[in-house]
Amino acid sequence: MTAFRINDKPFSFDGDDSTPLLWVIRDELNMTGTKYGCGIGQCGACTVHINGKAQRSCITPVAAVADQTITTIEGLAKSDDDLHPVQRAWLEFDVPQCGYCQAGQIMATVDFLKRFPNPSDDDIDSNMTNICRCGTYARIRKAIHRAAELSRQASETGDSQ
Amino acid sequence: MNVANETLALNRREFLIAGATAAGGFLLGLPHIGSAKDADGGKIGFFVQIEPDGKIIIGSNQPEIGQGVRTALPMLVAEELDVDWSQVSIRQMPLGIVKVDEGYTWKYGGQGVGGSTGLTSNWDYMREVGATARGQLIKAAAQRLNVDESDCSTRPGVVVCESLNIEIPYGDLASDAAALPLPEESPPLKSIDDYRIVGTRLKTIDARDIVTGKTKYGVDTVQPDMRYAVIARAPVLNATVKGFDDTKARKVSGVLDVFEIKGPAMGEPYLILASGVAVVATSTWAAMQGRDALSIEWHDSPSASDSTDAFWEENEAMLDGEGQVVLDDGDFPAAMAAADKTVTRRYRVPFVNHAPLEPQNCYAYVQEDKCHIIAPTQSPSGASRSAHAVTGIARENIHVDMTRVGGGFGRRLTTDYVAEAAMISKHTGWPIKLMWSREDDVKNDFYRPAGVHEMQAGLDSAGKVTAWTQRLASASKYYRRPNMPDENLFGAELYIDDFPRRIVENLRLEYFNHKIGLPRGSWRAPAHTANAWVIQSFIDEIAHESGQDPLALRLELYGEERELEYTNHGAPTFNPGRLARLAKFVAERIGYGKELPDGHGIGIASHFTFGGYCAHAIEVSVTDGRLSIERIVAAIDCGLAVHPNAVEAQLQGGTIDGISTALGLQITVKDGQVQQSNFHDYPLARIARFPERFEAHILPYNDTPTGVGEMGLPTAAPALTNAIFNATGLRIRSLPISEHLQV
Repeated sequence: MTAFRINDKPFSFDGDDSTPLLWVIRDELNMTGTKYGCGIGQCGACTVHINGKAQRSCITPVAAVADQTITTIEGLAKSDDDLHPVQRAWLEFDVPQCGYCQAGQIMATVDFLKRFPNPSDDDIDSNMTNICRCGTYARIRKAIHRAAELSRQASETGDSQ
Repeated sequence: MNVANETLALNRREFLIAGATAAGGFLLGLPHIGSAKDADGGKIGFFVQIEPDGKIIIGSNQPEIGQGVRTALPMLVAEELDVDWSQVSIRQMPLGIVKVDEGYTWKYGGQGVGGSTGLTSNWDYMREVGATARGQLIKAAAQRLNVDESDCSTRPGVVVCESLNIEIPYGDLASDAAALPLPEESPPLKSIDDYRIVGTRLKTIDARDIVTGKTKYGVDTVQPDMRYAVIARAPVLNATVKGFDDTKARKVSGVLDVFEIKGPAMGEPYLILASGVAVVATSTWAAMQGRDALSIEWHDSPSASDSTDAFWEENEAMLDGEGQVVLDDGDFPAAMAAADKTVTRRYRVPFVNHAPLEPQNCYAYVQEDKCHIIAPTQSPSGASRSAHAVTGIARENIHVDMTRVGGGFGRRLTTDYVAEAAMISKHTGWPIKLMWSREDDVKNDFYRPAGVHEMQAGLDSAGKVTAWTQRLASASKYYRRPNMPDENLFGAELYIDDFPRRIVENLRLEYFNHKIGLPRGSWRAPAHTANAWVIQSFIDEIAHESGQDPLALRLELYGEERELEYTNHGAPTFNPGRLARLAKFVAERIGYGKELPDGHGIGIASHFTFGGYCAHAIEVSVTDGRLSIERIVAAIDCGLAVHPNAVEAQLQGGTIDGISTALGLQITVKDGQVQQSNFHDYPLARIARFPERFEAHILPYNDTPTGVGEMGLPTAAPALTNAIFNATGLRIRSLPISEHLQV
């Protein structure tokens, strides 16, 4: 039995605790926003937050998240009407093509901007390693800069998201 | 098993290449909208639903693979229907086929996306759908107000009767309109000058659902009582199962069943790609664990000694002999003999994997007399045919739902994974979701064909190109296609009317087919990816050898605007002047000819792909053998840009795909086995490879749209390798670039 919190709700998994967190999220919780892309931590489509830090859930055994707090793409926004600044920036630049990798890109960016609130292009190049097969990188780059700006505005107005 | 010999072609791309006569039969057009008469509520046709509250639902009949068709086609309907885009919501339609005397025909118009035809083949049809619906609403209003139809017109969402000064919202008219007979003639269409929606920069309709994780892809399918399946496929090409021990696999918690999957015999068309053993379980992970615990013995395969090393040597050797001359304009040998200067070069283009980020998957529930398929596919009719081939269930009883697709790139024109899912559901009687791992996807694909291209040109004393040949030894994409004679295999690899047809008078194309046992298929902009790289590299080499400027030589070859006959896929004519315009544009934008720092270089390329025109200018620097892309300028001429936001996205994405592939991607084979397995050894490029100085321009041209999904890709690689030459003097003649430089 492995218990953890996911998107502010408790959950316990009683299967094999070597199961990757990704498959518990997808097959047991039926939360399908987190994607399988490679299974070896290369592409980042499965990125979730564990205690606020971006992690690749396809190579994270569920045993490792016992008593931890997990956020997935479904739990990122406060509500449908109040999206996270990174999501808003993604919409502003209309980033997605097929869209399959974008949940992972967004989760990775949220964590990245916590570490680099005012990132340079070099910071992006050195830290953003998620794969987009459609090649939305040109818009991702712009959206990251815009999200940084939106996040700074939000913190100035006292919105801590 | 032959699954292609039916009324509906194996896939749209092939059908469209096959010819316009058959393609004309695809789009039955408006008569089927007549079914609206017996539809309930306020429905008008399958494509347009108008609710009494004024809400407009537009059906999208095509698969969305990220190209934007789910936004672009409804834009056409909304434009002619005359509604506000903000009123519109989109509903994905399933596959619609109807049994007729001689097979099957389309219920909602032709469905399938490939060859950049999603927009162009529906351009007239979707506008007529919208205009017909608008006409019915006007007719209903005129009858209610007892005025002539000519007294009525529309403003967004309302019919207006100027003489009575009355407005009636569409919602109020919907049920009346649905009861009216449809006109026999096609409705009049708007002039381009009156467009309010088409050509405006709208956002992707599903973007909000995507960024909040709500969008459902095939892989996200959950159905009642559904089980999860994976397959252990033969590691050696064309190997078959000799026997297996599933004792350990069945001990894995959650594993429900294990059984053999029979693949096609060597040489037969591919219903599925490989023989294997299926594992069905209560979760994806349990199925994968069960598969890992299998012990399988394989028969020796006739492909067991296949290797790409031998493939290259054999292709080179073939080129030393004589091949199939597939085009012979003018007198090539005489022109070469008379030439003042000749240039000969060979280029290698490797096999590559499609690698859509959503791996192949399919939900299937096969019952005694019906079947339900939910799949990410570019070819829903292919999915239906595959399920039929496996189950024998009549096509009209096979329901195919299309999800949003996590990347297509041509991979999902084939529906082998649908056949596999149907096999597993049929065997077990359960509703199942088949899941491929990334390793399954890299090792089992219809790969982009590889080949060696020998180029020769003859020049006169003034440096004018008077003779040209392309001699290609390759593994044809048409390998193991049903009813495909050997003499037609070249057709997938050399598009005879491409540049320089009708430009260089003495032109010969020659083909040699290699029989390696690796499956091949349509990979984004199929032969254009190889040929644009080869031809655009060769033009630079000719320029260098003859002391000409590469841009000037291109402009000289393309010449003025004029329409040349074009019989290959995508357009009836090819206008090389449009390529000249783009090449000049990107050259000016990037500052072609300017003084560059040491180690920097600029390359240009331009190419006509399936009806659309594209050019790239790229600036690179090479320092201590390490390549850096400094700046990219891309430009597309797709005629009228219907959905400019998506056109730009496709140009950006195509550029990145072209560069990523050229930089570091190839599939190699040794001892009959694909040697790559996942993104660590098939390294799709990440964001760091692409500079912030990256422009994507749309250059409009008259009022007819072309497709845009493939056009942005072919010229990116040659612009890059031409830039490397300009920077370093190193001419890249085999891909990927990572074999020559640090990337």
